[in-house]
Amino acid sequence: MSAALVAAAGLWMGAGSAWAQVSSPTLDAVKKRGQLICGIDTGIPGYAYQDSSGEWQGLDVSLCRAIADAVVGSPKKVKYIGLTSKERFSVLKSGEIDVLIRDSEHSFLRNTALGLELPAVNFFTGQTFMVRKNLGVGHLKELNGATICVLTGTTLETNIADYNRANGIEIKTLLFEKPEEAFAAADSGRCDGYTDDGGSVAAARSTMKTPADWIFIPETIGGLQPIGPLTRGGDEAWTRLVRWVHYSMLEAEVLGITKANADQMAQNPSNPDVRRFFGLEGDFGKLLGVDNEWAKRIVKDIGNYGEVYEASFGAKGLGLPRGMNNLYDKGGLQTLPTWH
Amino acid sequence: MVRRPSSRARIAQWALLAALAAVAWRLGGNVADNLDARHMTFSFGFLSDRANFDIPFRIVDWKVGDTYSRALLVCTLNTLLVSALGVVAATLIGLLVGVMRLSDNWLVRNVALAYIEVVRNTPQLVQVAFWYIGVLQAMPPLRQSIALPGGALLNIRGLYLPTLHFAPWAAPVAWGAAAAVLVTPLVWRLRWRGRPLGAKALVLPALALAAVIASVAQVERPALRGFNIAGGLQIPPELVALWAGLSMYSSAFIAEIVRAAILAVPKGQREAALSLGLRPGQILAKVVLPQALRIMVPPLTSQYLNLIKSSSLGAAIAYPELFSIFAGTVLNQTGRELETILILMAIFLTISLSTSAFMNWYNRRVALVTR
Repeated sequence: MSAALVAAAGLWMGAGSAWAQVSSPTLDAVKKRGQLICGIDTGIPGYAYQDSSGEWQGLDVSLCRAIADAVVGSPKKVKYIGLTSKERFSVLKSGEIDVLIRDSEHSFLRNTALGLELPAVNFFTGQTFMVRKNLGVGHLKELNGATICVLTGTTLETNIADYNRANGIEIKTLLFEKPEEAFAAADSGRCDGYTDDGGSVAAARSTMKTPADWIFIPETIGGLQPIGPLTRGGDEAWTRLVRWVHYSMLEAEVLGITKANADQMAQNPSNPDVRRFFGLEGDFGKLLGVDNEWAKRIVKDIGNYGEVYEASFGAKGLGLPRGMNNLYDKGGLQTLPTWH
Repeated sequence: MVRRPSSRARIAQWALLAALAAVAWRLGGNVADNLDARHMTFSFGFLSDRANFDIPFRIVDWKVGDTYSRALLVCTLNTLLVSALGVVAATLIGLLVGVMRLSDNWLVRNVALAYIEVVRNTPQLVQVAFWYIGVLQAMPPLRQSIALPGGALLNIRGLYLPTLHFAPWAAPVAWGAAAAVLVTPLVWRLRWRGRPLGAKALVLPALALAAVIASVAQVERPALRGFNIAGGLQIPPELVALWAGLSMYSSAFIAEIVRAAILAVPKGQREAALSLGLRPGQILAKVVLPQALRIMVPPLTSQYLNLIKSSSLGAAIAYPELFSIFAGTVLNQTGRELETILILMAIFLTISLSTSAFMNWYNRRVALVTR
């Protein structure tokens, strides 16, 4: 029965031989250890932070837990290693962690010069502005004459200068070396707003005295910043697994499967996509080197991408609108390949 | 020849110089090799490129698209401004606290001691941030600006002073007024029918002042427009906080220098003044301080240099000085790390050496000439 299924699946995939045995040193090591070692941020709201009970939470942390859930069968079997931005890549390359999910931007040089793989983008962002609600500003152009607090040594100030020139307006900047003083200046009203990448602005908002007094301007400037997990080069099967764990959370959202309704939807579904997702059809788990219920576990234990976003960055978290991180059919950039 | 101690010393010195030159050569070669290996060039050509950022506070004109060398000038002047303000304030506060420290009054003496100990024993960066956040917290928001007499406004964005716009013919008037003020002391001594003119000469500066006032075409008062106060001269809280942070910190050290210098004036001098019937204030002003000044100058110089160098702490509180703008934004935009840091060091070195040269000149001038 099983052999027939494998053969059928093989034919159906149109790829006869290579898939049957997944070979990945990292995957083997994680399975043997019974635990995933995940490199995360040392603490930043939205991406990776500790809640009141000391548990790690956030968008990046959820991806760590999903990977562990898929591979070793429990979202709790993760060892988190907090990393600074300077050490993160060398720690990944040295093999001390299995995967780096630390609000890291994907870039040409990280892919080529550093030899790291970019499995998936779990957060699209761009330079975002946050302003006081009572200013009544809904569009960036309306910030003409306003003063914005900015961290120096970045491309943020250049982007603002470009935007000013392109639109013939003047948004003034106040350049800070460190976030603490910049937050204090924004909070006290020295500046009308604060700008950084979307996730960091959302984190900044959560440190304000009254976060609800601040709103995000929907537009971003300075192009797209894709942020996501990174893996070591030379372990394609592991990179694929990390990629599809992210995609499975997107697929769950596309199919309308949530943490709450997962069990119910798994009861003899008729939709072929849902059947594949729950491992009732096909051998998708095996192709990744895990069991066939991996995706079901992820959505049951952690939830779909939308749920995770809501809890970390969205309404239940930092209050950052989905925007670019919405699904492709809702005006966002989050897309995924088909499963068959 | 080698046996003579003077020759030996000379040979040793030349050998040391040669060794230093070799090390410098080696370092320079190393830098050049590394630059080559990274396909990086060493050039100051970027200074004439266009800078694509705004400098929020400046005392000379700046607009986005000016050259990097102009940005360098703008932020150097900002550094010089806060340093000069800081040196003056630190000296005045230091002098006051130093004298207080020697007061016979227990309270005065101990207030000064507490001030010195608190200020001297906390990190300067913390103090700068403290003043910044302190200044910001104390100020009212933009729309509730405090109106000061004369049309000035005070709010969290800073102190806004009215500015004067002069008529086109103001320049010759100003020169005339300056000349009138300059000749006043000469006119004062002039004799008319055998008597000195004296106070009658004050008509000249009064006329000069009247002419200058008459040449003011328009007073521009700051007023709220859109997000900001438009018009007038803005003194931003960053400048005030950095000024306070720099001068307070240095003043504590200067106070100790003042105290030590006063104590170093021989006791006999004070006793002699006392026996001549001078009052304590007179003794301090006419006998003790002039002599203490000579002792103070060399250590004061080093405090001034510290203060100037610490002005780079302004980067933490968004004061656009050399370090923040040039070693921050410009370095980041041009990628010319080596060049920008070298320029930065050269400028700080020039400022420090000039200050030092001036203080040495002053020291020689006030030094006691012993015959």
